[in-house]
Amino acid sequence: MEPAIAVDGLVKRYRGRTVVDGLSLTVAAGTVLALVGPNGAGKTTTVECVEGFRVPDAGRVRVLGCDPRRDRDAVVARMGVMLQEGGAYQAASPREMVRLYASFHIAPADPDDLLERLGLAAVATARYRTLSGGQKQRLNLALALVGRPEVAILDEPTAGMDPQVRRDTWRLLDGLRDDGATVLLTTHAMDEAEHLADRVAVIDAGRLVAAGTPAELAAAAGGAVVVVTTPARVDAAALAAAVGAPVEQAGTGRLVVRTGAAAIPRVTAFFADHGLPLHGVSAGALSLEDAYLRLLDRNRGPA
Amino acid sequence: MTGGVPARRRVAAQAGLELRLLVRNGENLLVTVGIPVGLLVFFSLVPVLPLPGRPVDFLVPGVLALAVMSSGMVSLAIATAFERSYLVLKRLGATPLRRRELVAAKIAAVLAVQLAQTGLIVAVAFALGWRPQPGVVGTAVAAGGLLLGSAGFCGVGLALAGRLRALATLALANGLFVALLLVSGIVVPLDALPGWLAAVAGVLPAAPLATLLRAALGAGVVAAGPLAILAGWAVAAPLVAAAVFRWE
Repeated sequence: MEPAIAVDGLVKRYRGRTVVDGLSLTVAAGTVLALVGPNGAGKTTTVECVEGFRVPDAGRVRVLGCDPRRDRDAVVARMGVMLQEGGAYQAASPREMVRLYASFHIAPADPDDLLERLGLAAVATARYRTLSGGQKQRLNLALALVGRPEVAILDEPTAGMDPQVRRDTWRLLDGLRDDGATVLLTTHAMDEAEHLADRVAVIDAGRLVAAGTPAELAAAAGGAVVVVTTPARVDAAALAAAVGAPVEQAGTGRLVVRTGAAAIPRVTAFFADHGLPLHGVSAGALSLEDAYLRLLDRNRGPA
Repeated sequence: MTGGVPARRRVAAQAGLELRLLVRNGENLLVTVGIPVGLLVFFSLVPVLPLPGRPVDFLVPGVLALAVMSSGMVSLAIATAFERSYLVLKRLGATPLRRRELVAAKIAAVLAVQLAQTGLIVAVAFALGWRPQPGVVGTAVAAGGLLLGSAGFCGVGLALAGRLRALATLALANGLFVALLLVSGIVVPLDALPGWLAAVAGVLPAAPLATLLRAALGAGVVAAGPLAILAGWAVAAPLVAAAVFRWE
């Protein structure tokens, strides 16, 4: 079956600077792809090419089999878009905005019901400019979803939301997938990618670094690991020498040893020998966040 | 594509919201209603200007021109410029509303405002004792002139809004409004101005519109020169706007 979104050899330059550099990715119908990567990796430019806002300098973009610029009318009727910011009239109310966007579509969701589900019922008649950042974000999501899109393209859909609203929004997006929609989203939050996405594509400097399920990415990034948590400052090189495997500092108080569970006794022995406190040792796969950071490091090569 | 929402329904929904937002905006009402009606009433009742004949007879055509300028140029430019900077226009680009439908909706909203402005100004003028007898030709020429002026001013407004930053558009549109108000024979007769200034004003869109309306509503005649200049603006300004406009 043809993928709902297909990007093939996409190149986009701004004033001679190459922002997207031969990127290819596909999103199968009814699945969720999370596009992750550092700031400036080309995520927004990529989704804006898919949305038809940008003209690719090379390569091909297809949404539901159509060119998003040449076949604009066919695509926009079936696609919901959430920009990273902005997009609403400052003096309009959420209800006015959602009703306006609903009127553009043949079988829209019920505006008031959608506002309710997004927790915006209480501010349905307030002016957009008086909304909080999270409320504005949710309204923009409502505008993306009110046309019951087959394809939703969401640029950082939960940025600026508090944890509870973020969970509610995840539930809404889960529901979207359950209804059979295809979703392409960007995010910096790996827990979000892990929760929402069937597949994750890591991009850096406009190129694809890796793509796959979160488990596949963890495997690609180095398979088995032993994660050590400790309040002490540990000499990673000394630990690596004692264990016989590479060690990375992964945030404060957290070390990742790239080895299997069999090495756990050597890890605990190291801490005992040096009189260092040890809060936890666990074997398992890399978290998506660790896998992501490793994949980026490896892609950029030795510093 | 089959089974989409008809274009006219999209345009109607968009125009409806645009119109509500215009009416809701206090600064906009000040410029489009407060200033034209205020000038008409003040200078009709307080004889401070060296006007020929009865003040209200001189003022009404100019104030009608001013009203068209206020909604077509100032209010449209400022609203559109801020919509552009807040990415409203960009976002609408990813909906079934086409660009030309968005422009049509804006034109419809502005025309609705101008119809209301014209009705209000004529009503106030009647209350002030204005009794024009333009005849059919004069009325038709006046209506046509207002439409041509609207097209020209909308073009200027959209050219500003489509290319400049929002605050620059705000400043420039208001500045142009005041400058054209003073030099276009709206409250100050053109022959009271220095010759060179009257000549410059004569090729800008406001003075020809005021002159055309004054001739049409006064003697019921067509002022051919001003009509030609006005028609030129009505064609050229929208073309320039279309050429320079950036949606984001």
